[in-house]
Amino acid sequence: MTRIPWTLVVFIAGLAVPFLGSRFYTFVASDIVIVSLFAMSLNLLLGYTGLVSFGHAAYFGIGAYTCALLMKSANVPFLPSLLAAGLMAGAFALLFGFFCVRLTRIYFAMLTLAFAQIVWAICFKWNDVTGGEQGLPNVPYPDMAWMSAAPILGNFRVGDQFYLSALIIVALCFAALRRIVDSPFGRVLTVIRDNPERAQFIGVNVRAYQLAAFVVAGFFAGISGGLFGIFNRGVFPDFAFWTKSAEPLIMTILGGMGSFWGPAVGAAAFIVLNQQITSFTEYWPLTMGTVLIVLLFVFPGGIAGTLTGLLARLRAGPKPANAPASTPQMVKPNA
Amino acid sequence: MMFEFSFLFGQFLGGLTAAMFLFLIASGLSLIFGVLRVLNFAHGSFYMIGAYLAWQFVRSIAPTPEGFWLAALAAALSIALLGGILERALLRHLYSREELYQLLFTYALVLILGDMAKLAWGTQQLSVSRPPSLAGSSEVFGVTIPHYNMFIMLLGPLIAIGFWYILQRTALGRIVRAAALDRETLGALGANVGWVYTGMFMVGSFLAGLGGALVTPIKSIVPGMDVDIIVEAFIVVVIGGLGSFWGTFLGALIYGQVLSFGILVFPRFSIFAVSVLMAAILIVRPWGLLGRPLK
Repeated sequence: MTRIPWTLVVFIAGLAVPFLGSRFYTFVASDIVIVSLFAMSLNLLLGYTGLVSFGHAAYFGIGAYTCALLMKSANVPFLPSLLAAGLMAGAFALLFGFFCVRLTRIYFAMLTLAFAQIVWAICFKWNDVTGGEQGLPNVPYPDMAWMSAAPILGNFRVGDQFYLSALIIVALCFAALRRIVDSPFGRVLTVIRDNPERAQFIGVNVRAYQLAAFVVAGFFAGISGGLFGIFNRGVFPDFAFWTKSAEPLIMTILGGMGSFWGPAVGAAAFIVLNQQITSFTEYWPLTMGTVLIVLLFVFPGGIAGTLTGLLARLRAGPKPANAPASTPQMVKPNA
Repeated sequence: MMFEFSFLFGQFLGGLTAAMFLFLIASGLSLIFGVLRVLNFAHGSFYMIGAYLAWQFVRSIAPTPEGFWLAALAAALSIALLGGILERALLRHLYSREELYQLLFTYALVLILGDMAKLAWGTQQLSVSRPPSLAGSSEVFGVTIPHYNMFIMLLGPLIAIGFWYILQRTALGRIVRAAALDRETLGALGANVGWVYTGMFMVGSFLAGLGGALVTPIKSIVPGMDVDIIVEAFIVVVIGGLGSFWGTFLGALIYGQVLSFGILVFPRFSIFAVSVLMAAILIVRPWGLLGRPLK
């Protein structure tokens, strides 16, 4: 049985979205593509290194502001601005992460949250640079003259053209992330996740690896933030607020943090759900909170985890007719 | 830069009032964290619902002049009950899971409770008038202080001393401190740890609800006060030391004064000043001013 190259299929389907000619579909697809990078970058910490960061929005926000400021105020072209967004976010991740990786578990989560609040306070109050509470409206679209000159792409609206650039950039980032988690470096991260003490015993410098993962995750979150600022046509302090940090966590849980693509699936589900629900009720947080509680208690593996579990059960074939689905009375030792 | 003494004293008292409110709320957060090791994001939501309930009770069950006190107590008790139900029915099942699940559970509560408050009370600002017994004000060193603010400034230390006494000097307090240190050993010694946890969650929720109810005569009730207060309470407990009771008190005092005097030095950067203070403390003493070093 040959494997279907799902990644390629999804990518090509993504490329086809602008041909549908719907402004709405392109809008939703752009949102999914950009935000899934945010969630996937977090999962490098959450799913692969076992670090619960509750301040990932800091790097998203830093990237968004860096890219928007460079493009809007300094007229720097798109790609250098975006790269600078990633590098700036990575640099701050290095600075903050240096202190965070010294703490474990819940304390790590709190310190990441604390640093994110500092970033938020700066964005919120530094009116001269960040625009303070008002944010930075009217972030320009990148100059896509080359695309307009190209044969087919030239007919697309600027939103579609930006979507295609974002899709390609995010696909490259996903390829890079895949390389990273499959590399020896990525394997060491999973060792640290599973047993940090044992990793230390075999000579792994746990903190250095955790810090490296933190910086890489920060870099990609910064790229995602940079793209999002352009897509959103504006950058606001809310990008770094603590509730924003919860979003990629929810997406990751929704999709399943145990698999590489889980967070992207979760991001897509989150955004589609948001679109569907907000079209008939303003109480989206109430719905999301309820969905989240059901997930936490009933489907902790998320969409991807539940689907793979189902597939595995289907592949294993039907159980013998006599054996009940579960036999707790046989498993339980005599107490 | 020269300021009148009475002006500085006024700033100081303003900071102190803010600090005592923050202490009420942050102490609940810190107690819950100290014993259950759960960072409860929904603590701010409990505070907000406490405020709304106080407004509701003043109108419906206690419309008499001094009914405010009854309404505040009823609101705080309702929040304690809500906390107890949530802990018993849901949160309890997550203690054995990773922190992520607990964090996201309390965050889900923030989303749900925030929207439920909007459904029940709408989005307009609500306010409660000061009880007549404390509606007046007195002049101290040339500063006019509302009696209600004086009451809050006294209530904070009273609650702190009360908790210190219970935690350090009673059998119940010993069990609670033991639960914070080693849950399993305490269970092996025959204490009902499950109910200790529920009880502490209820006490913490009570403090959040009380803080929300008592703040209503000073601040108007608005949606979004939940996510704002939780950040402030979070900064307070991080400065003072998580799980440390006096640390929370000290953290609240420092927060109030930095905010109050920070406005004089950098008008726009007072929030920033508090955040920088938090960062500095986290870097030098990650366990906070009065907390214990972590392993």
